[in-house]
Amino acid sequence: MNGLVPGQMQLSGRGVICVRGGREVFSGLDFEAASGEAVAVVGRNGSGKTSLLRLIAGLLIPAGGTIVLDGGDAEMMLPEQCHYLGHRDALKPALSVAENLSFWADFLGGERGDTAESLATVGLDHATHLPAAFLSAGQRRRLSLARLLTVRRPVWLLDEPTNALDVAGQDMFGGLMRDHLARGGLIIAATHAPLGIESRELRIGGAA
Amino acid sequence: MTALAALIRRDIRIALRVGGGALIGVLFFLTVVVLMPFAVGPDLALLSRLGPAILWLGALLASLLTLDRLFMADHEDGSLDLITMSRTPLELACAAKALAHWLAAGLPLIVATPVLGLLLNLDMAATGAVALTLLAGTPALTFTGMIGAALAVTLHRGGLLMAVLVLPLSIPVLIFGVAASQAAITGPLSFGAPFSILCALSLVSLVIGPFAAAASLKHGLD
Repeated sequence: MNGLVPGQMQLSGRGVICVRGGREVFSGLDFEAASGEAVAVVGRNGSGKTSLLRLIAGLLIPAGGTIVLDGGDAEMMLPEQCHYLGHRDALKPALSVAENLSFWADFLGGERGDTAESLATVGLDHATHLPAAFLSAGQRRRLSLARLLTVRRPVWLLDEPTNALDVAGQDMFGGLMRDHLARGGLIIAATHAPLGIESRELRIGGAA
Repeated sequence: MTALAALIRRDIRIALRVGGGALIGVLFFLTVVVLMPFAVGPDLALLSRLGPAILWLGALLASLLTLDRLFMADHEDGSLDLITMSRTPLELACAAKALAHWLAAGLPLIVATPVLGLLLNLDMAATGAVALTLLAGTPALTFTGMIGAALAVTLHRGGLLMAVLVLPLSIPVLIFGVAASQAAITGPLSFGAPFSILCALSLVSLVIGPFAAAASLKHGLD
């Protein structure tokens, strides 16, 4: 469905204004990202990195400006073509690792990969029947990453994606992001730590 | 459809697992109804006259008890973000969640009613009537309660606010639910009229509930 050809898609924001709790977080923000490109959103705490990701994901309504994706699936809205990996993992402690993943695969729909294969890629294949309540923070993050692999979406919105991942996990994740970009996807990541892949920097809210 | 079926399956599974809400509601219902004969005393005639009202009140409070977590849990762990972003319309997702809640927490109350009817000196016909009215009326409780549950997420207030918002909406359901049960047991009114209104209340809430809840959730995006 999302037959991605490199250079095909372009995500751009023009004059985006974000107001939260009556306070203007940022205004007049322009940004763009094309297929195969990773953008690292940097800025000090509270500068609106997470807000920007949530604006793109449709979870916040911009007070002004536009955000459009050119060249994506014309039948789908922008949020439907995005994966949002936030601070919270969207995992249910009562369900097992495999149940959590297959729920999201069924619910999100679209083109889907093999859940077992995704779990093996993120290194959780030994724990498929373990309830998510028993996972460590790093394992929970790995399970969220498996969601990104199982359900194919062209745009990845990542909020501090490497948090809680160990060194091996960060390497693994770097590989996953490179694969995603090579397939023509695009990544917008809010981060303090180096992303681990070649990326363009988007600084918001003045100097860090 | 697969998306909605997956959502319903997941919610029921979570509710039935250890720590899920389904059992808590039934236990609460059981406790309220079992304690009532001790409070009212051994007057069997009085008990059977109060029976339908006690069962209905118990069911109402039990469903309120578990409803406030309907969206809160998904909000806290970030699932609600992904549900909002997905292709599935939020209204349908809300309806699926409410349906799952009713199947996991409402239906067990109805199944428990015949057993509890014994404690309240209700005969078979009377218990059947109460169970039938609960079957017709509890969807209304769930689907109107869902609006309060969504508002609780939007306004970042749990528990009490939800009860204050939802209780007034459930009063008509309570009135016609008990009226239909009484009519079936003692008369002289016909069972049909209040029961039809009860069904109508359920059908209206089935339509309005998901839209109101989704509107509230969308408004509260942050």
